[in-house]
Amino acid sequence: MKSHPLAASGLAKSFTMHLRGGILLPVVENASFTLKAGECAVLAGPSGVGKSSILKMLYGNYAVDAGSIRIAHQGDIVDLADATPRQILAVRRDTLGYVSQFLRVVPRVAALDVVAEPLTARGASIGEAREKAAGLLARLNLPERLWHLPPATFSGGEQQRVNIARGFITDHPVLLLDEPTASLDAANRAVVIDMIGEKKRRGAAMLGIFHDTDVRDSIADRLIDVTAFAPRQAA
Amino acid sequence: MDEPLLHVSNLSKSYGSRIGCEDVSFELWPGEVLAVVGESGSGKTTLLNVVSTRLEPTAGSVSYRMRDGGWRDINRMSEAERRFLMRTDWGFVHQNPAEGLRMSVSAGANVGERLMAIGDRHYGNIRASAIDWLGRVEIAGDRIDDQPRAFSGGMRQRLQIARNLVTRPRLIFMDEPTGGLDVSVQARLLDLLRGLVADMGLAAIVVTHDLAVARLLSHRMMVMKDGRVIEHGLTDRVLDDPRAPYTQLLVSSILQV
Repeated sequence: MKSHPLAASGLAKSFTMHLRGGILLPVVENASFTLKAGECAVLAGPSGVGKSSILKMLYGNYAVDAGSIRIAHQGDIVDLADATPRQILAVRRDTLGYVSQFLRVVPRVAALDVVAEPLTARGASIGEAREKAAGLLARLNLPERLWHLPPATFSGGEQQRVNIARGFITDHPVLLLDEPTASLDAANRAVVIDMIGEKKRRGAAMLGIFHDTDVRDSIADRLIDVTAFAPRQAA
Repeated sequence: MDEPLLHVSNLSKSYGSRIGCEDVSFELWPGEVLAVVGESGSGKTTLLNVVSTRLEPTAGSVSYRMRDGGWRDINRMSEAERRFLMRTDWGFVHQNPAEGLRMSVSAGANVGERLMAIGDRHYGNIRASAIDWLGRVEIAGDRIDDQPRAFSGGMRQRLQIARNLVTRPRLIFMDEPTGGLDVSVQARLLDLLRGLVADMGLAAIVVTHDLAVARLLSHRMMVMKDGRVIEHGLTDRVLDDPRAPYTQLLVSSILQV
């Protein structure tokens, strides 16, 4: 049996707020789901139910209290819930991509190079990477005069398109999408929907958060109800 | 060649009864940037100085994988071997460029000096390398004969970096490399460092009290308090999900703009 690109099992996460008398804030309990190649699953549920926390656990930004996150990485299975930082970075470089809601801007780096970077990090030549980056930015209708500027001063929608291009430039087998269309207009939302469709046909497994129901209906193969993983309220 | 470059175990340094750093262990891999953060007096600079042989440890050991692949305990090397290592395979970027530069010789000589130390004697080659490296740190080639005392703080810091990288070291130590610089100058330096570290596949240990610098430059992060490492992990994880009470305090104290 071929293993899933990603399988989460029994994930639990709580925050201990030491600055507030050590109160315990449970966010997720017993979250279990799998992703199949070529599908886009969507985390569903109201705000604050833990959707973003789940993506951050999968990507390694949040430590996991219990459970496992098994990801197929270069012929092996790595459990991200207790992988070393080095393993997590290797998985991020080659296997697990992430499109966050906001771009973390690096001072002085031009938009084109921000987008090209994940490819050069995997050994592509700068010329080849920039060419592909330019293609994506053009497709997302980012005006060409912005390509050689650092995105720090871009509008929210422009930054988000840079972020999407950066997340989509590689062929990562698993891709996490944290509201990638939140600040886009209808035309650009349609482009992103197309791009997600292409990723599916190329066999990528995707997990996303989409508040926009139109977008969600057009790309979701399956909804994962996150309220089922909400912790029982502690007394 | 999947092997660490540096292996630090149970390293301690005390100054009489006062603790500098205590029982610190970690590994560093080729191409990996480790940030060491904490407030003044947390022991982060002491740790950097002990690992880089600028101070002798009270206990513990530091092993380094030499270019020939053999592991050496750096505190058992002769003084001459250690100095050679510092000039060739290692670099040290000081917060104050005046400590890492020779202020009364030209910029070109500052860069060329390390090449001469490893036996390069051809004046034309040394000068060509110096011009190349000045360019890589964005200093115009026509400043090659000027002394660093005529440079701004940011330029001096970039010159110090060129001086360190010209021998293509594999490991570089940095002590608050952007400290004391204006914010716009900091950004330029950070971007430059980030690019050079990635292009050259450098391993680096960066001491900083600035968590934004750590986020931008480092893969992994160690948080120190009272000489001890209280939290250690992937940089994103430590900053987004700090576990130790002190790390939570540090992260929550960052000013947002």
